[in-house]
This record gives sequence, C-alpha cells and structure tokens, in this order.
Amino acid sequence: MKHFLRILLMFISVIALSDCKKHKTLVELGNEQQILHVGNGDEISTVDPQSTSGMPEYHVILSLYEGLVSKNPQTLEIVPAVAESWEVSDDGMVYTFHIRDSAKWSNGEKLVANDFVQSWLRGLMPALGNEYASSYFVIKNGQNIYEKKVGVEEFGAKVLDQQTLQVTLIAPTPYFLQLLDHHSMYPVHIPTIKKFGALDERGTRWTRPENFVNNGPFILSEWTPNKYLSVKKNPNYWDAKNVHLNEIRYYPIQKSSTEERMFRSGQLHATYYLPRDKLAVYKKTKDPALRSYANYATYFYRFNNRIKPLDDVRVRKALAYSIDRNKIVEYVTKFGQIPAYSLTPPDTHGYVAQAKMPFNISLAQKLLAEAGYPNGVGFPELKITFNTSDEHQNIAVAVQQMWKQNLGINVVLENTEWKVFLDKEKQMDYQIDRASWVGDYLDPNTFLEMFITDNGNNRTGFSNSHYDALLAKAALESYKEKRMAYFQEAEKILVDSVPILPFYTYNWNRLVSPSVQGWYDNLMDYYPFKNVYLIP
Amino acid sequence: MYLFILKRILQSIPVLLGVSLLTFIMVRSAPGGPFDQDRNVPPEVIKHLNEHYHLNDPLWKQYLDYLWSLLHGDFGPSFKFQSHTVNDLIAAGFPPTMELAFYATLFALIFGLIAGITASLKPNSLQDYVPMSTAMIGICMPSFVLGPLLLLIFGIWLQWLPVAGWGQIDGDKILPSVTLGAAYAAYIARISRGGMLEILSQDYIRTARAKGLSTARIVFVHALRGGITPVISFLGPAIAGLLAGSFVVETIFQIPGLGRFYVQAAFNRDYTMIMGCTIFFAFLIVIFNLLADVLLVLLNPKLRQEVSGGR
Repeated sequence: MKHFLRILLMFISVIALSDCKKHKTLVELGNEQQILHVGNGDEISTVDPQSTSGMPEYHVILSLYEGLVSKNPQTLEIVPAVAESWEVSDDGMVYTFHIRDSAKWSNGEKLVANDFVQSWLRGLMPALGNEYASSYFVIKNGQNIYEKKVGVEEFGAKVLDQQTLQVTLIAPTPYFLQLLDHHSMYPVHIPTIKKFGALDERGTRWTRPENFVNNGPFILSEWTPNKYLSVKKNPNYWDAKNVHLNEIRYYPIQKSSTEERMFRSGQLHATYYLPRDKLAVYKKTKDPALRSYANYATYFYRFNNRIKPLDDVRVRKALAYSIDRNKIVEYVTKFGQIPAYSLTPPDTHGYVAQAKMPFNISLAQKLLAEAGYPNGVGFPELKITFNTSDEHQNIAVAVQQMWKQNLGINVVLENTEWKVFLDKEKQMDYQIDRASWVGDYLDPNTFLEMFITDNGNNRTGFSNSHYDALLAKAALESYKEKRMAYFQEAEKILVDSVPILPFYTYNWNRLVSPSVQGWYDNLMDYYPFKNVYLIP
Repeated sequence: MYLFILKRILQSIPVLLGVSLLTFIMVRSAPGGPFDQDRNVPPEVIKHLNEHYHLNDPLWKQYLDYLWSLLHGDFGPSFKFQSHTVNDLIAAGFPPTMELAFYATLFALIFGLIAGITASLKPNSLQDYVPMSTAMIGICMPSFVLGPLLLLIFGIWLQWLPVAGWGQIDGDKILPSVTLGAAYAAYIARISRGGMLEILSQDYIRTARAKGLSTARIVFVHALRGGITPVISFLGPAIAGLLAGSFVVETIFQIPGLGRFYVQAAFNRDYTMIMGCTIFFAFLIVIFNLLADVLLVLLNPKLRQEVSGGR
C-alpha cells in the first residue's frame, strides 16, 4: 500500500510542480515577439493556389502570395500590388500592367511578367483539376486553351517586356481587377513546381515548407497537419519594411467552443468563428474583442422547380411569402443576420436589389388557394432536406411551423450527412433543400449568374431565357449604371419567379484581441496580415 | 510459445484482409465522392481528378492496386490533403495519439488499481463504497462531458492548465490524458476489485494471514499477481479502444492526433485516408490483443501449460 501511496504522491507532485509557476500566455509572448496566433477553421488541403477552393486555404494563401493587384482591407477598393500601375483601353478590353521592379520571389529571383503568363497557363491545364479554371475564361482564348482548341501562343495574356504584361479580354469585364485578386490568379514559381513533378500534377512536394517558393509577405515555415501552420516574414518581399509581424500561426480548430476557450485562456489572438450561444454573452458584456459584421453571403432554400406542386409559381410564392424572416433571425439563429428578401446581399459596391419578396400571409394564402389548395387542403406532404447541423435543423423546424400555421400545410424534415446531401442536390433528388452562397468578388454577378439556365450551381430547374439574356448583356456592358440596371431587372425576374427562398444575409462573428491592430472587418471577410501588428 | 505467437500472427492476415475489403466496399458504396463540393465543380475537372487518382478504373482493379501498394508500405496519396500522403499523415498523427493513449493508460492503471485494491480490502464498507461510486460516475460520464468540465475548472477558472494543444505549452498533456483515462480507470477499479476479492478469499491467502503476514505483503506479494489477471486481459482491447476512440478528446483539446484525421477522412470521402487509418488501427488492435494474450500466458501457469502442451 505504501508503494502505491508513494507513486500517487509522485504523480500529483509532478502535476503540481509542472504547473504552479505562472507562465506568460502565448498571446502575451506573441505580442512581445510579433507572433500572431490565429484560429483558421479547418486543416488546409494545400498551399497551391491553383488547386484549392476553401476559405481556410484562402486565408493562408493570402499571406503567401500576392497578385497583380490587391484590395484595401478597409474599403475593399483595388490597390496596386505586384503591378505598380496599369492602364485600361477605352473599350475596357485591354489591360496593360507595369510590374514593379522590386518584385521578387522568396528565393531572391526577380518576379517578371512571364511568371504571370506561365502561372495562368498552368491554371488552365485540365489535368491539374483547377476548380477555378473558368476564372481565366474572361481572358482571350482562355477557354479555348483549356478545351485544347488553340495553342498557348494564342493566349490573351502577353509579355510586352520583362516588366509589362498585357491582358486582352473577351469582353469588358468590369470586375476583372477584383477577379485578379482571386487566389487562382496569383503567380506560382514554375521552376520549383517543375523540380518536383509535372506542371499539371497535383500534390507534389513543391508545397512543402522546405521546398516552397512564393512571392507574398510571408514564407511557409512549418506545417504540422491538424496542429498548426506557421508562416514567417519574407525578407525578399518588395514591401517588407511595412510588414510588422514576424510570424503567424494558423490553427486548424474545427470546434468553435475549443477556439473560444483558447482565446479566453490567452492561446489565440483571434478566433475564426464564435460559438452561436456565446454571441449574446459577449454582446451583453460589450466585450471589445467581439467583431460582428455582415458577410457577402446569403442563406436560402432551393425549390425543385421541376416537381409538383413546386412547379407552380403560385405555390412557390405562397411558401416564400409566408415566412417571417425577422422572427427567424431574431429568435432562431440569433447571430446578427440580416433578413433577406432577394438573393444578393445589400450594398455590394453600390448595388442594392430593388425587387423584394413580400412577407404577406393573406397574399400567400390567396395564392395557395388559387393553385388549388385552399387552406392547404389536398397539399402533398413536402420534405425539407438539409445537411447535419443544429442551425439548419432549427431553421427548418421554424419554417415547418410557419407553413403549418400560416398555410395549413405539412412538411417533414430530412437530415443528411454532407456528401449525401450534395449528391442528392446535384441529382435534384430533393423537394426543398437548404443552400448558401458566398460571393467570390464584389459584384452582383457572382450571385446572379448562379441561376443562368445551364449554370452548374443552379440545381433548381429554374430556366428563364430573358434572365439569361440580361446577364449576358451585363457581361458585355462597360457602363456601370447600365450594367446595374440589367442586374436589377434580372433580380426582379428571380424574385418574381421564386426558384429560391432567401432567408438572410450572413453575419460573421469572431473574437479579435484588442492587441491586434490593423485588422479590419468587411463584407468579404478579407483580412490580409501584411499590415497587421501587435501591441502589448 | 513461439508457435503460439506465429499462429496468432498468421491468423491476423485474413482478418486484416477482410477488414480492408469490407472497408473498401463500404466506403465506395457511400453516396458522394471525394471531389464533391457545395460549389459546382465542372464535370471535366472531376473527370481529370478521377483520372489522376485512378478512380475510373474498375473497382476490383483499384482494390488490387491498393493492396499491391500496401504490400510496399504505401498507403497512397490523400485526396483531401493534397500536399501530404496518407503515410505522412499517419506518421504525423500517430505519435500524439499513441502518447495520449499511453498517458491515459498510465493514469487509468494507477488510479484504477489503487481504487480497486483499496475497495477490495474492506468490502461493503465506506472504503469500498467511496471509490466504487466514484468509479461508477467515471464510467457513466462520457469524455465530451468530462473534458469541457475539467477545462472549465482547471483551464478557465483556476487557470492552472492550458485548455488546448499538445506539447506546445507546459502541462497541456495532463487534462486530455485524465479525460481519456478516467472511464478506463473506473473500469479497472471495478475489475481489479472483483479480481482481488476472489483471490483474497482463497485458502492460500487465509494461510498467509494466519502466518501473520502484513496486509501489504499479502496484497503485493501474494494476491496482486492473480488479482490483476482480469485487468490485463481487459488492457489489450482497452488500449486499442483508447487509440481508436481518442477522437473526441483530440477534438476537445485540439490534439493533432490520428483520430481527428480518421473522422475527417470519413466526412471528406478521402478514400485512401479512410482505408489507411482503418487498416492501421485494425493492425494495432490485432497487435495489442496479441500482446495481452502473451502476457496472460506468461502470468497464468495454467494457460502456459496449455500453450506449450499444444492442448
């Protein structure tokens, strides 16, 4: 027995001794050494900007690469980056970029115009499986090269001299500069990629910290999957004197409650997200760490427009008009969302959708009766399908109640695992399903093009030739007012046809320590760390 | 004895093959694929990706190719984590999982045995009820309740221990080990109490008492060896369970272990990663069961005789 007591005492004293001294927290140490500890949602799949699409990847890639242009994190206006200036032809079809002389790769090599051309051509290689290959289709012959109809020498991006790049577009694309700040448009170091395999081969070892060459403000330093990824200041970056952080550690934390605990105990400067039930507490205490701002994303339901009774616009209208979105955001989701009555989020570069779906129960009842279901009598039982999540479940329950109360119809709820859900949605094997969309660039087009007849993201069966024509016209229009008018008209068609039921514009909530300076909230949740610094 | 071990190893080969085939069939019949996303991925992109990862080949060929590379120690590339192979990810994730399981087992053994032996010395007294009721609570309380509770007390309120991480800050291994080990400590307490009670009622123990030996000597020299035999047979599957079941604790405490990769792989339909983790864990379970059996044979003379006698 004595032996056991001795072992027990030893065990306890080891615990006690190792932890009784009060250590400085990671945040306190980070503030002294300019090391930022930040939650990044999930483990990233790669740091190759041309074979990834996720947001956690994007946040890391933003530190490692820089495109021709960048965005001001406060205003989201386009600012010079690798290109110090550019000119646009009168017809808006030809862009000439002047690459700054001081632009370099992290290995010290000079960054030249040809690096962009070669990188984009790599992004157009079909075997690479670049999900954003269509980003280059706005450039002359981009699509033809992807489809192997013409040779690469026909590409619309041309090197005029080492420092000058000329890009010819297929149509005036007013959001082209916005598009240039998308990660698929960033330059990659071709010689390094070639050293570790074919240019169009995925997952070769060029993305490993020991091999990696990049052009952004930070370089890849350490990467332990599911632990953290660390980037350090790049001394060869052209604007290195304005980079204040020495290191950033991105933690792939999937559970927001774990993240919040780490923040509270000084292990993180900033969280990726906030647990839903914690928002009220932080708001009540007016915690200065809380950041809450609208996001360029919409939560909506898709209606399967091809099946009965949802093929009848009056039914879809009745369903959409009988939902009290205020109640949903106030009592169900409680995360600061803004009720949405159309698809595009409000105030995107001056565009606010004028067409809106009404919340009008008596009109909804009238429409349902006209469709042949007075007071819901004879209405078949519909199913709302959603992927496993408490939030989706809660919203679906609220919707179920509202339709029951307001229209007298019954719906059942179907909870499915994510990949099963996606599979069903793509096969259109659903009646009503939950959906969301995050805009890729600040332009209504990024939302509205989704419902063009043959767009792969449509998935509702909605097809309107006038709608398609309006978006095609908008794509060719360089006058902003006229373009916006086309979008307004298209959005009105969408609102009148109700292929979808919008609920709310997302709101992003996260915690950022007051010691972090230069981190701005914006609609795109765009937070480059180039100008961020830490104060004690 | 060697023959016994060899036989057990040979027996494990069809087990592992069966596990791999069953996993392959189940994974491939699940709806959705590794490259499906919320956003539409153009069909030609999916086609090229499938070609790249040989997913267009007939299924039987894919399975045989997989087995062939497995024979060469290659678990293949991860579909989701493109920059890493499955071998890389297992090599990165297994050490923390193993370490966590080791500390948890250590904790479970120390506290479980102390509680079990203490209780067995005075059955149906306070000395029995207190540790056994605590053990009951330990068994009933799942790690996703115990973990956050310990974190709240020791991490947030008292601020004695870090709330997450593994090997980054001093003391960050304590709470996860305790959380994972608690339920096993409770089982060990109950099992060892039972085992000890049985042994302590044997004639030779009574003889030892009659000879006037001290309780400590009776317990440690005479009773313990027989009393903890059930604990050892429990330990083999328990360690395997600790390894494979550490996912919840790894998630709560943000530990970069294999359990998290495993579960993520299933959600991502990362076929090679699911296969790799399943086969790897199956292999470990086989090994730990074998080790427990060998240990039992070594400790139990009756079994030893059976094995060496070939009966």
